[in-house]
Parts: sequence; structure tokens; C-alpha cells
Amino acid sequence: MSDIKEILSGICPEIEFTEGGESLQVSVPAQKWHDFARQLHDDPRLGFDVLTAVVGMDWKESVGVMYYLTSTSRGWDILEVKVVADDVKAPYIHTVSDIWHVAGFQEREVYDFFGIRFINHPDMRRMFLRNDWVGHPLRKDYDADPKLNPIRLDDEVNEDDTCSYVEDEKGKIKKVPGKVFAENDYVVNFGPQHPSTHGVMRMRASVDGETITKVDMMSGYIHRGIEKLCEGLTYPQILHFTDRMDYMSAHQNRHCLCACIEKALGLEVPRRAQVIRVMMDELMRISSHLLAFGCTAMDLGGTTAFFYGFREREQVLDIFEKTCGARMSMNYNVIGGVIADLHPDFVKDVKALLAIMPERLKEYHKLFTGNIIAQNRLKGVGMLSKEDAINYAITGPSGRGSNWSCDCRKVHPYAVYSELKFDEVLETGCDSFARYMVRMREIETSCQILEQLVDNIPAGDIRALNVPKIIKLPAGHWYQQVEASRGTFGVYIESDGQKNPYRVHFQSPCFNLIGVMDLCCQGHMIADLITIGAALDFVIPDIDR
Amino acid sequence: MFDFGKWTTAFNDFLLGLMPEWGALLIECVLIAVAVLGAYTVLALFYIIYERKLCAWFQCRLGPMRVGKWGLLQVFADMFKILVKEIISIKGTDKFLFRLAPFIVITSSVVMLACLPWGNGLQIINFNIGIFFMLAVSSVGVLGILLAGWSSNNKYTLIGAMRSGAQMVSYEISLGLALMTIVVFSGTMNISELVWGQESAWFIFQGHIPAIIAFLIYIVAATAETNRGPFDLPEAEHELVAGYHTEYSGITFGFYYLAEYLNLFIVSGIATLMFLGGWMPLHVPGWDAFNNVMDYIPSVVWFLGKSFFISFVIIWFKWTFPRVRIDQLLAFEWKYLMPLALANLVLMAVFVAFGWHF
Repeated sequence: MSDIKEILSGICPEIEFTEGGESLQVSVPAQKWHDFARQLHDDPRLGFDVLTAVVGMDWKESVGVMYYLTSTSRGWDILEVKVVADDVKAPYIHTVSDIWHVAGFQEREVYDFFGIRFINHPDMRRMFLRNDWVGHPLRKDYDADPKLNPIRLDDEVNEDDTCSYVEDEKGKIKKVPGKVFAENDYVVNFGPQHPSTHGVMRMRASVDGETITKVDMMSGYIHRGIEKLCEGLTYPQILHFTDRMDYMSAHQNRHCLCACIEKALGLEVPRRAQVIRVMMDELMRISSHLLAFGCTAMDLGGTTAFFYGFREREQVLDIFEKTCGARMSMNYNVIGGVIADLHPDFVKDVKALLAIMPERLKEYHKLFTGNIIAQNRLKGVGMLSKEDAINYAITGPSGRGSNWSCDCRKVHPYAVYSELKFDEVLETGCDSFARYMVRMREIETSCQILEQLVDNIPAGDIRALNVPKIIKLPAGHWYQQVEASRGTFGVYIESDGQKNPYRVHFQSPCFNLIGVMDLCCQGHMIADLITIGAALDFVIPDIDR
Repeated sequence: MFDFGKWTTAFNDFLLGLMPEWGALLIECVLIAVAVLGAYTVLALFYIIYERKLCAWFQCRLGPMRVGKWGLLQVFADMFKILVKEIISIKGTDKFLFRLAPFIVITSSVVMLACLPWGNGLQIINFNIGIFFMLAVSSVGVLGILLAGWSSNNKYTLIGAMRSGAQMVSYEISLGLALMTIVVFSGTMNISELVWGQESAWFIFQGHIPAIIAFLIYIVAATAETNRGPFDLPEAEHELVAGYHTEYSGITFGFYYLAEYLNLFIVSGIATLMFLGGWMPLHVPGWDAFNNVMDYIPSVVWFLGKSFFISFVIIWFKWTFPRVRIDQLLAFEWKYLMPLALANLVLMAVFVAFGWHF
């Protein structure tokens, strides 16, 4: 760690290091940030090629952004960079979306919720809220008066308008208006109500005949402001939100939040609870990938395969129902462990599932994967190179389909994953077929993990006994990642010592996935837009948190 | 074999005894119109439940089970629902063309239905260019689809209609060539002569290799002609919501729905007529006893049975295969299917010239 400090100080002497955090933290002056970021990315000694999370912050007397950077070449080291805007009234920070493309959408979200404008960002629109929204909701001085933002019944105006902020030589910032689509583009709208947007998502595609020239993703139709709600609730009360983000990764998301709080409290989770959590995570992953298989087939027009995937998914949901009492939104993990012990049938049911899965997977491959039409529709469609996957921080099955080894279970092992034998699934195709195949093979991997655990569930407590009655986190901030079904899910918690968090940020994998839709779809056909969406497999509530 | 011609001739003579010829013709025309429309409705209802049950079977489900025994009355409920639904008129549409389009589609399919040989002596239109006439009428249907897509003033419908136009015009060529192969073999376009030409054995057996190839080409092209999966791009619901009929509601939508099912029956009926002997029972040359037993099964049952079987195969396609993409669809037709159909036509001509057939 000390050598990296020297390198960083050598690049930019103005930076300050903060001690005591879980990973190395530096503060960079806003003026120096863009050049410093360029060095962080390009310098071969540092190689911070992944922008893991962008967390907007309002510290009352100042506003700024926390950037979480990861270096794949340096053993997945995490670097926290704190950038504070100079002026709290009209905050500006230089964009890094030209260095890490993933920042393109992330910074739009920060702008939307904190009002921080990013200089040189090519498309500085709001991400979730309407153009005519008054205020920036995650600011601490936000006025939530319904008179300011009534429920509007009229259409959004100027949805084609965008702008960027440019700095001239004297340092004066100027607003440059722009348009999303050109004047004569033939723009086809998909959603928010559409059969294959997998939720309430809106895509606008300009087409030339059947060929797509640009895709504009518009989200926010089901945004629930979870991060804002969390600030007013206690820690046990915010847990249930995670089940409602990516409902296909409910267990993993909640595992992540619980782990983050446990890390902050310094709680030791009993081994039985750890094993149960991992088993639930893997069952959830199987269920999610089965749904992804069914929906991919369905989006390609193969309706029958959908039912085959759902038939096995039923069995997983039955297991959840017996132990957790619910089939969706299970609310199973709690701070320090899990809420209830396993159902007596659990081991038997899991074994029954493991017994049928290999046969059923063969059946799927026979019905759909091997089909010549399916192969022609998926292969070579939506190419995403490994470099782009890293730059856009596309984790999970979609990133591994581009041959990027990014499995959080391997690079930042948590719970009992370090003790388990399993191989990370990688495909070299970089296309939709590769992403699809990663999911199919990950079902096998999850079965393999479950097989190792099902007979070795240790006896003991299901919850740590020393969980405080009133949970107050010490002042500070924490970041925890887990491998959810669709990629790396991260939770950022900042606490000021109260019983409710000062700021919670959920870094959802699907938010990054929609960032590559435009890149992947260009030059393909309208039908491929649906294929690419299906193969990336985004879940809308995870984007609209 | 029972000849329905006896009944129809007797009825005609009876009418002629009562009134002048124009009166008899008028009454016969009205009766036939009622019969055709009745058959149209009944077949559509049958096909809806047929496809739903088959689809459920392929998908490990039961299908409709609540209304009536095994859900058999479900289609009637659906029909009444669609009849009483509001026909929504939409701002910005071309009102006249928007209302006209479904009628063009349904008229074309009703006329085709009237040409089919339903049984021995049960044929409404029978003239020397029968199969050519059917092909000509079938291509009118695409006009209705194009008009629907254009007049709806909606981007989905327009893309759907353009896809449909490209697809149906392309696949019509293969379809026609496959049928022409059989016309070359039989030497006639007259529908009743085509059926009688298969008395000794069905054309698919008589013409062996080129006939079988023509049959396979026909089945693929016919699936595309009826806009059914895996060629259902014009109404690809995952891309274009409902394609060219997105803006239609109530019975105007119902017309497209009915026409789709009836076109399925009609292409199956043409396949039956051209390759599987029409209403002709299964005859094997030399097996007289077997042939006599087969003749006891009524000709109508033969025709419907064979048609339903072909429909079953086409439905099976739909619920198994994913959808192809528009460039793949057109490349398949123009690069593979049409050259193959042309080559097959030449092959059949050679076979006929040298007499290499049964």
C-alpha cells in the first residue's frame, strides 16, 4: 500500500490521504481530478481500469462524489477517491466519462439527485426524474413539498433536448444545448409499456430501414427513491428494500446489505448462517438464470422454452416458500444471520432439485440452444469486447461472456465462498450467445456449490447472539460487494453515528448494463435490439432504485 | 365412394321444377354463401381451440379448462367477447382504408376457402385454372395487410406491414413454384381433375423425389405465407407489439385473427389437394381390398383429416422454433428456397419427360 501512495503523490502532490478506512482513500481537488483520473487509468503502475461505483454525496457544508476504483491488474485493489466540488450552490466537477465510459450514466444519476453538473459530459440530462422536476432529491436541503412537484398529468416536454457544460480557457463554464436525435431521424419508441422491455423501461431507437443507428435509454418510470427513503429509516427497516430492487437477486442483495452493516458493527456471523446464506444465494441464482433462459427464448419468439424454464423455477420457489414463507421478496437475511431456521424438508428438496437439473439442462439445450434459428439470432449479435466490458464495468454473466474474469465470489470472496471448489464460467464469444451460455453454465456451477454444501450444513446458531437491540453504526463509511445474479452488487453506507444511515447507495449491476445498449445495438436490426436486451438480462427495478 | 354430386344435382333439378333458372341460381348462391360463411366460422372456432390445446400440450400445460368440458366452450366465450368489444376509432388514421383493410383480408381468404375440394362432388367453384385462381386470390390478402399497416399511422404497424409485404411477395414465388411442380406432373390446373388424378396413388407417392421436395418447400413457404412462427415477423409481438394490426380492436381485429386461422386451414387444404390426394382416400395400386376398405371412410373426413394433420405440423413449428430475423428470412428465400424450387421444377420436368414416375 505504501508504494501506491508514493506513486499517487508523485502524480498529483495536492492529494490528501485519509487513514482508518477499509481501503485506501484519497481526496483530490476538483480542478485536478480529471488529469489525476487519466493517470489512474492509464499509468501501467496503477491500472485502475474499473470504475466500480460513483456515489454522490451531500456533506451539508459541501457536496461531492465518492469514486470507487478497482484495478484488475493489481489484484482487485480498491481505491476510494473523494472529490469535493468547489461551490456548494452551483457545484461543478469534471466528467470522467471519457476515461471510464460507465461514468456516462452514473454521473447523470448524480446530477439528477445532487445537482452536481459534470463539465464536458456529452449528455447532461436527468437520468430518472422529469426534465421539469424542481430540486435534487438527495440533497439534504431538498424541499419535498408536493406543491413544488405535483403529480403531473401532462407529457414531458423537450425530451429530445440535452445539453453539456463546457469550460473555456478562462475557466468560465458555458452551457451548450444539443439534441438527442437528429432532425430527420425515424425514431421508434419501445416502452415504457412494451412486451419485451422486461419491466417499465423505455427505449427510443432511431432506425434506418430496419437498422438501428442510435438507442436512447430512458429510465425512472418505477423509481421509488429507495436511497432517499433509507435515510429516514433505521437499519433493520431498510433491509427489505433490497429484495425489491433486483427481485431475481433478492437474497444476494440483502446478503450484501447485511454484510455491509455487519462489517461496520464488527459482528461475527455464525457459520451455519453463512452456509445458509450461500445456499440461498445460489438457489436464487439458479432461479434467476432459469428465468433469463426462458425470457431469452421468449423474446426470440420461442414461447415453449419459456415454460420449460419456469417449470424448474417453480421448484426453487417452492424451496424458498417453505423456508422463508414467501416466493418473492423473501426477507430472509437479517443483520447478524438469517431470520428463521431451515425448513425440515430443505435438504430433501434441494437434493431433488439437484437430481433433476442436469437432465433438464440437456432438455433446454436440445429444445433451444442447439436450434439453428436460435444460434443464428444470438451469435455475432451485440458484440462487446473485453476492453469495453471493463470500461463500461459490465460485470456478472454479461461481463464473463466477454471473457472478463470478474466474479466477485472469486476476486473478493465473502461468506464461505473461499472454501468452496467451483470454476468461474467464462466464454470468449463476446456476443449474446456467449452471455446466454455463461448463464446456462452458471446453473451447473451453482448446482455444484449446492452439492458441496447440502450435506455439510453445520449445526449452531442462525443469528449472531450479540446483535445490539438498537443498531447504531459508528461514524464512517463502508462499501461491500457481492456477486448477484446479474453482476456485482455494491452497497455504500455512510453513517454519522445515528440509528439511521446518513447516506446509502446501492450500486446495481443492471444500471451499468443499460449503459452498453447503445454501443451493442448500433448497426443491428430492430429484432436484435430485443435479443441484446434479453441477453444482457436487465431487471428494471434494479435500475430504478 | 359416395358422390355428393347426386344430392346437389337432385336439389338443382327440384328447384328448376319449381321456378325459372335464374331463381334457382339465386337460391343456390345464397345457400352456398351461407354454407361457406358458416363453415368459415365453425372452422375458425375449431382452429382456435385446436391450436390452444396443442400449444398447451407442447408447453406442459392444460390450456383452457374452465368453460365447458375441457374448456371446449372457451372459444364461444372468446368469440362473444370479441363481438361485443368496442371498435375504437383512432385519431390520425386514414378512416376509409383503415376500415377497408380487414375486409380485403377476409374476402381473399373466404374466396380461397370456396375453391377447396371438400369431398367427392362437394366443390363450389370448379374451372380449368382452379389452382392458378387460388394463388391469384391469395396474393390479394397481402394488400389488406399493407393497407392496415399504412392507414394506422403508427410506426409499429408500418414496419410490420413492410415486413409482411417483403415476406409474402418473396415466399409466394417458392409457393407458386412448388405448386407448379405438381401442375407439370399432373398436366392440369383443374381442381377436380387434380383430385381424380390421384385415384391410383397420391401425387406425393406418384411423383416421388421431386414431389417430396416440392412438398417440403411448400410447407415452409406456406408457413411464411400465413405469417406464422417461425416466420411471424409482421406481427412479432416482442418487437412490434402486434405488428400491422396493433391499432385494431373488437371484430376488426377479429377479422385478422379469423383470417390467420383460416389461412392456416387453406394452405393445409391446398397441400392436401396437391400432394396428399385432396379428398381421395389412401389407395395403394394392386391392394384392391385395402382400397375398398379405405373408400368406406367418407371423402369429407379424408379431406379434413389430412388438412388438420398438415395444420398440426405447422402449429408444431410455431411452438417449437424461435423467430427468424428479417434479413435471415429474405436470405433464406432468395438464396436457398427459390433456387431449390426452380431446380426442382426442372427436375420434375425431366422426370415427366422420361416417364420416371409411378
